Amino acid sequence: MIILADSHRNVYMIAGGLTQFKKTNFNEDFRLNVKHSLDYALKDSGMKIDDIDGSVSAYFSDHLQGQLIAGAMSNDFIGLAGKPSKRIEGGGATGGLAFQTAYEEIASGTMDTCLAYGFENMSHVGTWRGNDIIALGSDASFDYPLGGFYTAYYALMATRHMYEFGTTEKQMAMVSVKNHGNAMHNPYAQAPMDITVDDVLKSPVVSSPIKMLDICLMSDGAACAILASEEVARSYSGKPVLIKSIGSSSDTMRLADRPFGTVPLLPNETPDMYKNLKYPGVHSFRAGRLAARMAYRKAGISNPQKEIDFAELYDAYTSSEIQAYEDMGFCPYGQGGKFIEEGKSMLDGDIPVNMEGGLQASGHAIGATGIMQAVYAFWQLQGTVHRHMGNNRLQVKNPHLGIIHSHAGTGAYEAVTVMEAV
Amino acid sequence: MGYGKLLKIDPLVVEWNYTTEYRHSYAEDSPFFIELGRGKLLGSRCKSCGFKYGTYRKYCMYCGSETEDMDLPFKGKVHSFTTCYYSGETFRGDVPYILVLVEFPGIDSLFMSRLFMEQGEKPEIGMEVVARFKKFQTFTVNDVYFVPA
Repeated sequence: MIILADSHRNVYMIAGGLTQFKKTNFNEDFRLNVKHSLDYALKDSGMKIDDIDGSVSAYFSDHLQGQLIAGAMSNDFIGLAGKPSKRIEGGGATGGLAFQTAYEEIASGTMDTCLAYGFENMSHVGTWRGNDIIALGSDASFDYPLGGFYTAYYALMATRHMYEFGTTEKQMAMVSVKNHGNAMHNPYAQAPMDITVDDVLKSPVVSSPIKMLDICLMSDGAACAILASEEVARSYSGKPVLIKSIGSSSDTMRLADRPFGTVPLLPNETPDMYKNLKYPGVHSFRAGRLAARMAYRKAGISNPQKEIDFAELYDAYTSSEIQAYEDMGFCPYGQGGKFIEEGKSMLDGDIPVNMEGGLQASGHAIGATGIMQAVYAFWQLQGTVHRHMGNNRLQVKNPHLGIIHSHAGTGAYEAVTVMEAV
Repeated sequence: MGYGKLLKIDPLVVEWNYTTEYRHSYAEDSPFFIELGRGKLLGSRCKSCGFKYGTYRKYCMYCGSETEDMDLPFKGKVHSFTTCYYSGETFRGDVPYILVLVEFPGIDSLFMSRLFMEQGEKPEIGMEVVARFKKFQTFTVNDVYFVPA
C-alpha cells in the first residue's frame, strides 16, 4: 500500500470561522458568506487579509450554486485576487479534501499561510430537485436512472449493516437524539432539537430503514480555516493547533462494485477479529478505514480507541455515523450500534463524537462541511469553545487528539485528518 | 437560463428555469444497454485475473485489463434492499419503489436494480429474484428489473 511521504514542515491551524448554517439564506450570497466566516477568523487571530499567501476554495456543485468558477468570484470579493488559488471538489468530502490541500500547500513550502474556505447554498433549488442533482454524483448510467436518490444508496448500506451485525433502528435513532441534543448548545447549528428515540422512529420513512430524523440537512453556509507554517504560527499570539497528519483514500463509485475480501487492519486490530467477515461488501466504508489507517500511521497512533479524545465524523445519516465508529477503529466491525447504545460517543463518553451536532443538526453546506468540522475541532483543542459559543457545555475536557472525517458518495473519496493540541 | 419570475423584493429573489439537453453516450458500455432490448443481461469477466463483474464494465478495476462480455444468470438473490418513499425530482411519480442489490451465483460483485412485488409482499435479504425485461426499450438501466422468483 502506498503511503505518502512525510512532510518536512509542520502545519498548524491558527484561526477558524463559521457562519451560522441555515436552511435558506437569501440575504447574502456565497461570497459574503465566505467573507463573514473569514472576518471572524481574522479578528480572532489578529491577522489581516494581506497576511494570507493563497487559498483553496471548496464547493461541491456548480449546479446547486448556479455559478461556475465561484471560487474566483469569492477570491476577489475577499481581497485575494493576484494570489495563488485552486478549487477542490470531492462530493461530500470536498471540505475535508480542501483542508488537506491547504495543509499540503504549507507542508510543501509553497505557502507560509493558506486560507481554506468552503461554502454551499443548497436552498437555491427545491429539496426534490436537490436530491436529483446530488444523485448525479452517482454513476449516471447505472445508478442515477434507478431513482436519483442518495438516501436510497445509504439505506441499502444500512439494511445490510443491520443484517450483517444486528444493528437496530433504535440504535440509529440514538445517534440522531445525541447530535440534535448536542446542537442545543451550539449557536451556529441549523437544527438543534430536544428529541427522543421515539420521535426519530416515528418520523416519516424516507428510504427504509432511514427516516426523516436520521438524515442530515441541506444548508446554506460557509466556513474557513487559516493554516500556517511553524514559524508563522509562533509569531501569532493565539493558540495554534498542530495538524498532525492527513489520510485519504478512495473506493469504487458504484456501490454494486464493492467486492468481497479481507479487512485491512488498523493498528489495534488482529486478523481473528474478522475471520468470517466479507469486506467491504456494502456494509462498510473501505475508503474511510484506509484513510484512517494512513492518518493513524503517520501520526504514530497505535490505538485510536485510547488515544483519540474526540471525533467529528461524517453523519450524513445516523447509520453512517455508526459505520464510521467501526471504520475509524473506535470499536470492531459490528459493534457500532453497541458503541452508541453504551453512550461511548456521548459528550461524556469514551470518544465524544459530533459534540456540536454534526451534519445531522449543525447542518451540511457541502463544501463548507469538512472545514466546519476543522473549525469545531480547532476550538475544542484550543479549549475555546466557551468563547465562540457563549457556553462551555460542548467543551471536551482537556482534549489532546481529535480527528475530522468526511466522505463523498457512498465512500468514493474519504478524508481523515488528525489534529493535536500543542 | 432566461428572465426570472419575481419571488421576493427584499432581498431581490427571482426564479428561473435552467434546462439542458444532455447527449448521454453509453460509449464502451453500449453493448450492455443494447442487449437489454434483446432480453440479455450482460456482466463482464476479466481476461487477465478472471474477476466476474455483476455490473458491466469494459476494463477490470483490479488489473486494468480488458474484460469480455458474459451472460449473467437471470436468477439471483437479494443482497440488500430499500423502499423509497422520496426520490429525486425526475422520479417523483415513481414512489414508492424498491431498490435491490442483486447477487448472482458465481459472480464476484453485485447489480443494482428495481424490484417489483405484489402489494403486501415484502423484500428480504436472501430472497430469490429473477430478471424481467421491459417490452419497449427505454435505453436505460430500467430496461431490466427484478421480481420474486
